[in-house]
Amino acid sequence: MSVSLFAEQLLNGLQFGIMLFLMSAGLTLVFGVMGLINLAHGSFYMVGAFACAAMASALGSFWLGLAASLATAAIAGVLVETIIVRRLYHRDHLDQVLATFALILVFSEGTRWLFGSFPIFLNIPDILSGTIDLPFGIAYSKYRLFIIAVGILIAGGLYFLIAKTRLGVQIRAGEADREMISALGVNIARLNTIVFGLGAALAGFAGAMVGAIQSVEVGMGEPILILAFVVIVIGGIGSIKGAFLASILVGLGDTLGRLFLPGFFGFFLEPSSATSVGSALASMLIYLLMAVVLFFRPGGLFGKAA
Amino acid sequence: MFKSIKTILAAGVVIAATGAAHAEGVKVGMITTLSGGGSGLGIDVRDGFMLAVKQSGRDDIEVVIEDDQRKPDVAVQLADKMIQSDQVDILTGIIWSNLAMAVVPAAVNQGKIYLSPNAGPSQLAGQGCNPNYFNVAWQNDNLHEAAGGYATSAGYERSFILAPNYPAGQDALTGYKRYFKGELAGEVYTKLGQTDYAAEIAQIRASDADSVFFFLPGGMGIAFMKQFADSGIDLPVVGPAFSFDQGILQAVGDAALGVKNTSQWSKDIDNPANKAFVESFEAEYGRLPSLYASQGFDTANLMISAMEKADIGDLDAFRAALKEADFDSVRGDFAFASNNHPIQDIYVREVIKEGDVLTNKIVSVGLEDHSNAYVDQCGM
Repeated sequence: MSVSLFAEQLLNGLQFGIMLFLMSAGLTLVFGVMGLINLAHGSFYMVGAFACAAMASALGSFWLGLAASLATAAIAGVLVETIIVRRLYHRDHLDQVLATFALILVFSEGTRWLFGSFPIFLNIPDILSGTIDLPFGIAYSKYRLFIIAVGILIAGGLYFLIAKTRLGVQIRAGEADREMISALGVNIARLNTIVFGLGAALAGFAGAMVGAIQSVEVGMGEPILILAFVVIVIGGIGSIKGAFLASILVGLGDTLGRLFLPGFFGFFLEPSSATSVGSALASMLIYLLMAVVLFFRPGGLFGKAA
Repeated sequence: MFKSIKTILAAGVVIAATGAAHAEGVKVGMITTLSGGGSGLGIDVRDGFMLAVKQSGRDDIEVVIEDDQRKPDVAVQLADKMIQSDQVDILTGIIWSNLAMAVVPAAVNQGKIYLSPNAGPSQLAGQGCNPNYFNVAWQNDNLHEAAGGYATSAGYERSFILAPNYPAGQDALTGYKRYFKGELAGEVYTKLGQTDYAAEIAQIRASDADSVFFFLPGGMGIAFMKQFADSGIDLPVVGPAFSFDQGILQAVGDAALGVKNTSQWSKDIDNPANKAFVESFEAEYGRLPSLYASQGFDTANLMISAMEKADIGDLDAFRAALKEADFDSVRGDFAFASNNHPIQDIYVREVIKEGDVLTNKIVSVGLEDHSNAYVDQCGM
């Protein structure tokens, strides 16, 4: 195991964690402020990726595609909130799960109707393709570094928004006591729409960024949605800080687990079964992590005490 | 006592009556992946199958199509429903080997014919073989064996190999290793459905490999090829056709150009059946067919060839007719080995550009009249 391989894997884990954060930030805010379980959050991820791919192939610019992904996902989020989700806040979680699951099907079939069932093309812009030489002899993908940088900027921006602005005060107050802040004259309906739209926009942005190095296809949002739920449970529901820390933890844990576990089992198993046992355990690792965190802190790392 | 005997008799009459009702036709249950990730594969199999049914002009074939969402539990429920309430005679359609393992053994043990248009797990070719199970695509190892053979002939000595951790992934690496004479620079199993391969690509970079073999069907392959191309690692890539089929090449883009991949079918195989298939598929659906579409097409034509010789009511005769494989396969010569898996040529193809469209061109025959390694383990 060389230093450069280990360092490269650390960067990979960081990059994966940052993407998870963009997904889970919106999810945890929506859950924290509105108490809504939104299974359709993965659909905004898909909408963002398709919007970016469509715009990039129509206009030939990845950057316009990124802007389109933000705008389209935000608009989709605002529409979904005002037309459907708004009616669910006072229902119990089972109703919310049912309704937002239905939304997944609507979005998936709608996208299939528009774009067909086959994956579509979206590539990284020329300026970010290829690798860049870092210290320790690491040749690292420029685009992945770009993802890390943008993700950290967004995390900083979110922190500023929540901690320093009037809107942030309202969001935090909304998490603490919805009835009270509406009694104090805050337009809670508008606040909900803004939070939901913001969460959707972040998910769409994540979808577009990741879409460029993965495949843009119907159903791409659901696997990442499951991970995002793991992240917000570990981080503590409603906590942006918790979501950030948990994202990095899950990203690093998953990546390093995939690297080390097969080798670890190689010490006492024959190579072929070591690889399969190790990989099987590596894919379970983040769920084990979640179980351990919940055992010691049932409310998550930064959650309210359960 | 008498009453219960009467009931049984009555039930027998009802069963006999329903049996007679469709004695002249065949009812097919197709369970395949039509939504979510990997739906492109199921849609191609379905479209290929239905095209052949349409071209046969027969009105005695009824096809019930259901979506398994790539979930084994859903596939099992659908199979139960099709066998018990739809009373189908033949089941087909499953794409993924883990789903096939969940459905096929129970179905064939209930006396249903299963025609596999894709999945060919080694378990069903060896000890789990069954006279009611026919694979019209390949045994899972086959294309990977050809890839291993090609890598050896191209002079590669240290391959880094990776595949998802599920039955077909294990068969893939086994198949490659069976024909690859060099050493392995690394062997990695990834999660099924994984979309980020940065960790694996870093391992490839750190290894001393001189070539990379991967089996990652559908969207997984798109993600891997894009990320591999962007990593700047300059190693030749070999793979089975599943990551380079017509449905996904456009999404991979130029990153795939020049990659050698192995397939039992290609759109430029030179025979009349194939030419007619490619033309009619494009006319019907407005896109080029993939190997999955060719497999669906062949599956339906095999079934129709058997229907012309025997009645589905006479299971022994129908099975014998299937086994003759007396149909014009779009891949040319086609026969069944004793374990009901194909004996066929496997080609080495190269990804090229025809105008703006990425597609494949045959460069050589990888393995001629290739059967599979599990014939001896099958007791048939």
